[in-house]
Amino acid sequence: MKISLLSFGIAKDITGQRFLEVDLPSSASVAALRAMLVQRFPRLSSLATVRLAVNGEYVSEDLALKDNDEVAIIPPVSGG
Amino acid sequence: MIDIQLLTTPLDTLGCISFVQSDDSGGIDVFIGTVRNATKGKPVLRLEFEAYEPMAIAEMRKIAEQAVEKFGAKRIALHHRTGILEIGEAAVVIAVSAPHRAAAFDACRYCIDTLKETVPIWKKEVFEDGEVWVAAHP
Repeated sequence: MKISLLSFGIAKDITGQRFLEVDLPSSASVAALRAMLVQRFPRLSSLATVRLAVNGEYVSEDLALKDNDEVAIIPPVSGG
Repeated sequence: MIDIQLLTTPLDTLGCISFVQSDDSGGIDVFIGTVRNATKGKPVLRLEFEAYEPMAIAEMRKIAEQAVEKFGAKRIALHHRTGILEIGEAAVVIAVSAPHRAAAFDACRYCIDTLKETVPIWKKEVFEDGEVWVAAHP
């Protein structure tokens, strides 16, 4: 299955692109995507936190992803 | 009544205050987050904000709804700016009205403190010799 990956803030500097399409085995979990991302972009490990939001919501790591989900890499937020 | 805005133009503080005025409220509390000219003594030239827009708006709305629920706030305006901001400009304006002042203060503080924890907005500080995404590294 394919998911759309969005990167913001320092995560965009690390992945090099705002939008990426990622291929994953069907029903892969958020945790599995996280492992794949850290392997592909090791500098993500240097961040204080990395949250993954699915379709605009913070989710638990065991959530099973679906085809065409939009996943955002959320590095430490710093609004305000 | 809640007004949430993510804007690329200067924020309208007086507009936020007018929005929250209501006859059943006895107090309005306003927080304005502005661009400071230095971080740890190092001069800052400007800030650049970016947001995951639909999620940022949804999270800001959740926070305002929670502030109404938890503190009995009557009306809340929560406006955040994105793009390039110069020193002294407002990055965020939060106005809250409530029947009594304690609720207005508490709700306003809850909004800014929670926004800084959960809303997907990022701030880059631009210095003379480089740029830093705030809070990115431990």
